Amino acid sequence: MIDKRPDGRKFEEMRKIEGKVGIVKRADGSAMFKIGDTVAIAAVHGPRVLHPRFLQDPQKGVLRCNYDMATFSVSDRKKPGPSRRSTEISLVTEKSLLPVLDLSMYPSSVIDVFIEITQANAGTRCAGIVAASMALAHAGIPMKDLVSAISVGKVGGRVVVDLDKEEEDLESFGGPTDIPIAYTPKNGEFTLLQLDGNITKEEFIEALKLGRESCKQIQKEQERALKEVYKEKGK
Amino acid sequence: MNKDYIMSLAEKDVRIDGRKFDEYREVSIETGVSMNAEGSARCKIGDTEVIVGIKMAIGTPYPDAADEGSIVVGAELLPMSNPDFESGPPGKQAIELARIIDRGVRESKAIDFKKLCIKEGEKCWMVFIDIYSINDDGNLIDAAGLATLTALNGAKFHKLDKDDNINYKEYGDKKVELELMPITCTFGKVNGKIIIDPNNDEESALDARLSIATFNGKVYAMQKGLDRGFTLEEIEYMIDVAIAKEKELKTLIKEQK
Amino acid sequence: MNEETNLLIKPREVVVPGQVLAKGMDNLPSDGTYREGEEIISNKLGLVNVDGRVIKVISLTGAYVPKEDDIVIGKVVEIGFSGWFVDVGSANDANLSLRDVEDYVERGADLTKYFDFDEILIAKVVKVTRFKSIDITMKAQGLRKIKGGKIIEITPSKVPRVIGKQGSMISMIKEHTNCEITVGQNGRVWIQGSNVEDEILATKAIMKIESSSHVNGLTEIIETLLKEGTKK
Repeated sequence: MIDKRPDGRKFEEMRKIEGKVGIVKRADGSAMFKIGDTVAIAAVHGPRVLHPRFLQDPQKGVLRCNYDMATFSVSDRKKPGPSRRSTEISLVTEKSLLPVLDLSMYPSSVIDVFIEITQANAGTRCAGIVAASMALAHAGIPMKDLVSAISVGKVGGRVVVDLDKEEEDLESFGGPTDIPIAYTPKNGEFTLLQLDGNITKEEFIEALKLGRESCKQIQKEQERALKEVYKEKGK
Repeated sequence: MNKDYIMSLAEKDVRIDGRKFDEYREVSIETGVSMNAEGSARCKIGDTEVIVGIKMAIGTPYPDAADEGSIVVGAELLPMSNPDFESGPPGKQAIELARIIDRGVRESKAIDFKKLCIKEGEKCWMVFIDIYSINDDGNLIDAAGLATLTALNGAKFHKLDKDDNINYKEYGDKKVELELMPITCTFGKVNGKIIIDPNNDEESALDARLSIATFNGKVYAMQKGLDRGFTLEEIEYMIDVAIAKEKELKTLIKEQK
Repeated sequence: MNEETNLLIKPREVVVPGQVLAKGMDNLPSDGTYREGEEIISNKLGLVNVDGRVIKVISLTGAYVPKEDDIVIGKVVEIGFSGWFVDVGSANDANLSLRDVEDYVERGADLTKYFDFDEILIAKVVKVTRFKSIDITMKAQGLRKIKGGKIIEITPSKVPRVIGKQGSMISMIKEHTNCEITVGQNGRVWIQGSNVEDEILATKAIMKIESSSHVNGLTEIIETLLKEGTKK
């Protein structure tokens, strides 16, 4: 087992986080979330008219998430445009946010959430969800709770929180295990759960518990960033 | 929604936000906006915001230019940046933007493609310039142009290993040197009047558009857009203004750290 | 415990979704909140309002949600057989039917002669169904097609601040700028003055209200802005 993480963090310690709300003027809601060197921006357009009509739900609004990475956000240039990976992440992002949203007020409409990763160092889908959750709140969409997200897992035989790129690539001690999670603190539910690697049940539960604590801290930062929008400006 | 209003104002020689006809909004440029890019920049013109990142890859030179590398320019008009932009592959507007920026760098010879050659006829650097609109309040072209020049200016090349593969962990001493910096200025014609740096409201009222890239008083690239045309006098006037603005805007271009 | 001590927030505090506002059964949840067991929780980003036992959260951002009797400013986006579809900035386009216009419209008439594509209307919301279908009318005083002037957009939730108590804020802006101004509940504001400087000053004042709507002494701030603006 490793006795130290590559960047010197404690095993249960996440990287430095920062949130900012209201970064895209032309959107109805927007936010940026930074965790370590990973930067996600999210913007919400809507509720707005959904075309074509057959996609509409007369009972409630439709949430549509769109996750993508800038070509230059990673070392080896990413091909522009959607991929199978980004399509899947868009889907799990939708599913992680939907449980808190109340879209009954918006029949036949759509709420579009666009997520762009401008700088990547692992944990991009989680950073995207954190930013999207703030952007939705900023857009005034009713939601029971904020959704926070982080990746947990196993690196060098240790259960850790918030794997960075170097750790994701660490092949020693059985290779890395990556578990991105999203968590809604109010009702204590995990709304995103994926796992790549191998881990015992006990370690997995430990990882979730640690992730839950980090998510609570992330939610505090979301709260701070959202309230910041209403602090006095330009006076 | 303000199309008619903007047209009637033009008659009275005023603009919707009170600017002079040849006045830019506040322009600011920032470098180092994405750490995995070999060069990157953010340019804001008023509320318009564009980011540009540079990535390099190893390619094969074209047979007719065996001792040269090349550039590839892409533009994504992100749907987040404007409610009217749609998801999906780049449309005509995005492709036009990418082509204007491409020509501004390529045809003006802002980069000496010979300096991108690694092994004649075999290996060369391909410089990828990718443009993303973050917020569109009009004149994405000029914002993209300024961000591109800044992202390129001093962009670093990674080291190559023995087999000429890129070592993404380390940069070498080689940097992109701009031979010249053609600055793009975009004009619009509203109701017979010429305005510079149209904002989003004004763009809805434009009959014609002209982008001119100049450097040290010379013209290096041009693109006429939209449905109508310009007279010779109008074109001459715009070149004069573009040359004057080039001097101011050039001072904002920074070098990559 | 009495009502006071059950409250976990101060009135007019900014709260976020998921934040617990009150404990116990003494308070009643209203707009922007929900009850879960003993707790009243916010489901919006906004300002808390406590009125007696009733707690609500007034959101300060977000798209327009239409209500009956709202005066709105909309743009004709589609024309059908039985009327017009008007974009009022909400999640669905509003319907303006033939019988809701002042003139008698004959069957089969060219509807563009009355309201053409892209024309801007000041209209009133008459009905919002459960499925959010919106009906608007042009039959009431002050409702009309707009000619000239400009339109600016603000966050719909800031409209009450722009109007002010008994219209005091908007009256002050009109007085100082000599502009005609109509504030739609959907956040679109129509401004027409005799010159562009006046229109820009009115725009500045309204934008300032939007960005500082929660600041104390806003009236004074706006008055100063207007006075300084008219001096020049």
